[in-house]
Amino acid sequence: MSTATTTTELVETKKSGGLTGAAANYIDERTSISTAVKELGRKIFPDHWSFLLGEVALYSFVIILLSGSFLTFFFHASMTPVEYDGSFMPLKGVEMSAAMASSLDISFDIRGGLLMRQVHHWAALLFVAAIGLHMLRIYFTGAFRKPRELNWIIGFILFILAMAEGFTGYSLPDDLLSGNGLRIIDGMVKGIPLIGTWISFLLFGGEFPGEQIVGRLYSLHILLLPAIIVALIAMHLLFVVVHKHTQYPGAGRTNQNVVGYPVLPVYAAKAGGFFFIVFGVVMLMASLFTINPIWNYGPYDPSPVSAGTQPDWYIGFADGALRLIPPGLEFVWLDRTWSFNILIPLISLGLFILVVLIYPFIEAWVTGDKREHHILDRPRNAPTRTAIGAAGVTFYAALWATASSDIIATHFSVTMEGVIHTMQFLVLVGPFIAFFVAKRICLALQKKDREIVLHGYESGRIVRLPGGEYIEVHQPVDEYDRWKLVSYNDYKPLMIRPNADGKITVGQKARAGLSRWFFEDRIAPVNNTELEQAHGDHH
Amino acid sequence: MAKDDNSGKDLTAADSSTVGHEGAPAGTAVVVRDAVANPGFPPHRPRVTDLDPSAERQAERTVYTLFYLSIVGSVFAIVAYMVFPIIPEDPGSVRLNNLFIGLGLTLALMAIGIGAVHWGKALMFDHEGIDERHPVRGTDETRTRAVEIFHEANVESGIGRRSLIRNSLIGALIAFPLPAVVLFRGLGPMDTNPSALLSHTMWKAGTRLAIDPTGTPIKASDVTLGSAFHVIPEGLQDLEHGKLEEKGKAAVLLMRLKPEDLNELPERKGWSYDGIVAYSKICTHVGCPVALYEQQTHNLLCPCHQSQFDVTNHCEVIFGPAKRPLPQLPIAVDSEGYLIAQSDFTEPVGPSFWERH
Repeated sequence: MSTATTTTELVETKKSGGLTGAAANYIDERTSISTAVKELGRKIFPDHWSFLLGEVALYSFVIILLSGSFLTFFFHASMTPVEYDGSFMPLKGVEMSAAMASSLDISFDIRGGLLMRQVHHWAALLFVAAIGLHMLRIYFTGAFRKPRELNWIIGFILFILAMAEGFTGYSLPDDLLSGNGLRIIDGMVKGIPLIGTWISFLLFGGEFPGEQIVGRLYSLHILLLPAIIVALIAMHLLFVVVHKHTQYPGAGRTNQNVVGYPVLPVYAAKAGGFFFIVFGVVMLMASLFTINPIWNYGPYDPSPVSAGTQPDWYIGFADGALRLIPPGLEFVWLDRTWSFNILIPLISLGLFILVVLIYPFIEAWVTGDKREHHILDRPRNAPTRTAIGAAGVTFYAALWATASSDIIATHFSVTMEGVIHTMQFLVLVGPFIAFFVAKRICLALQKKDREIVLHGYESGRIVRLPGGEYIEVHQPVDEYDRWKLVSYNDYKPLMIRPNADGKITVGQKARAGLSRWFFEDRIAPVNNTELEQAHGDHH
Repeated sequence: MAKDDNSGKDLTAADSSTVGHEGAPAGTAVVVRDAVANPGFPPHRPRVTDLDPSAERQAERTVYTLFYLSIVGSVFAIVAYMVFPIIPEDPGSVRLNNLFIGLGLTLALMAIGIGAVHWGKALMFDHEGIDERHPVRGTDETRTRAVEIFHEANVESGIGRRSLIRNSLIGALIAFPLPAVVLFRGLGPMDTNPSALLSHTMWKAGTRLAIDPTGTPIKASDVTLGSAFHVIPEGLQDLEHGKLEEKGKAAVLLMRLKPEDLNELPERKGWSYDGIVAYSKICTHVGCPVALYEQQTHNLLCPCHQSQFDVTNHCEVIFGPAKRPLPQLPIAVDSEGYLIAQSDFTEPVGPSFWERH
């Protein structure tokens, strides 16, 4: 270590007057960059694998921007019919849109073009997946609590925009599958009362499919949506700097400090290196695994379709919702068509999304807790929240799996109707089961934590006592490990009290009801008295 | 469960009455009086590379070897670009081009990434640092000054006092984006009404049924029992414009069943020909092509959302989210034996829309 320090010093003295110093001085005198370095250079970030999920999302977005820019140089966003005259023999002479023809050229006539297309598509799938997992991490650890509620909203909008980017991009090659996806969107839009027909008409510039939609989606895909996403990501990260990162409970960590490694040099190396690892993994997938082989599907035509077609994974939940509607939910009333087979999925998904969006505010209202929270909850220590999350995940997963109902039916040789009925049951009842099971598991884990704190952990060492009795020796946890088990927030149900006018308002009653539902079953953290008593028992 | 048995030892912050650490109300959070104290930081554990100089040298070698490997990967990718060209009409060459450029780049990227992370974890100074947090809100002094600034701006501009100026400005700001909204009307053609477009297709009395996609007209005698044809109106392939739009409405499935299997509605008695029936292929749910015909059961299945239609029973929905039966195209046979349409569909085809009735 001592040699390392001396070399650093040597380098510093050598450089102070050198070219680097002169360049740094030049820039600082014009930008005041030294202020930024002073503020951010040694900023501390805590370490945990789950904090990498957001980084994966950020890095895959960068990869998408890089590979997407390459693709724009070759792609023609036009639906003008052309006769394909590229290298892919089976489609030679087939009439298709310029968009499809140029996508085939990227795949078959430009060296590395297919690679970039596949990098772009794989990175896009990873982008949405990483955002989803990042959101789950935030949710289950309670990182959305004050002061981070607004950042939850920004992140949530980013999730929606990522899916919009995915869908617009998926539609651009104008192949059979993407055209079918647009047909479904068209059908759903037309099912919206009052304005649906006109929205579809304006979107497609006339009748479906028209010759406009690819160009319009292209504007959204490469200009409008990325601009909004970049702006929101900037805000998202700015808030991370303002709030400072959350940390998991641990010895020495408090709500008033952040413990971890500085940006320079450790995080520059680890996070910077991680970008290259994510890029490398995406590159490896693009080299080895085909994604979206549009040449097998052919150009869009409203007539043919192949069985077992699947949307990209993140659209699955919406497609699944459409499949689950039982027959007959469409009526003519007041001389107008009311398509509840479209409206029920749209409204239920809308409500689901809304609940996810406003959850931080619901929980804040129930607890009435106005303090800042920078120490993350272990999921077990917020049993009701974790159970609600499990219910939401189950609901989403059941919808998502339904998007493959036909594949499930053919692969497992079961009836299509049976699969749909099972999934209908799972979507409606599954969340309740998941809620109950997750909550019980959380409470059981909390009890186990108490047990470990009070009586130690099972050492696996069996001892025979002089009387012939066998016991397993319990080892006490050390005070550092113990801290992780006893330091958590505990809430009690709200006691209704009359307000200043001596009245109990409806809002107050609702809040008390919710509060009881949240905190009725609670396991309090071990306190000193209990700890001393338990130790007394042992000695 | 620790219900209320230790209520003597903890304080329930009875809804906003008790104050937390930072002065903000803790709500219904329980503030424990004799909570276990934070033991402070555990002792630092040195890494192998801190204790063993040879391990440190080994780590250093690993890191720079990886960085050199990355250069090898980049060079490999450039060489692969030249060594594995795309040969026209040889899909295998595309695969090799994709694979080797990709693997070169993978090596270039992964080696930088793993090398940098290993450097950070094994060699860089690994004592954790601590930053103090401060409440996110500005200090009282800052906030007072901010309020003052707004107050001064109000007084100096008079925006609170001169209500006419303020209100007219708000009105102007609301009005000015409205023309932009109107401009978007131009997204669709000006002189057409969408619901009128959706109500008609290319089919007319006398239009021959032709095979999709060749456009060859179909004779009734070509349609054997149990067969199904994908059908377009004759002349669709010769359209200069709007081919796909017309096809999206006019696509038809033609099937021949035993006449006794067909349960026809009384008002549609003359719509079939000797057990040959023609139905719109566009699903009444969201418009996918209902392309899968199950010969034994005479069911049509939409591959998108699994709506099923019973051909024997005028394409009624027997399962899935669709509500309406597939519209039937009334057909007949002309003097040369070709199948023709008696008229257009008698109702709009495809997904439902608001103005449909």
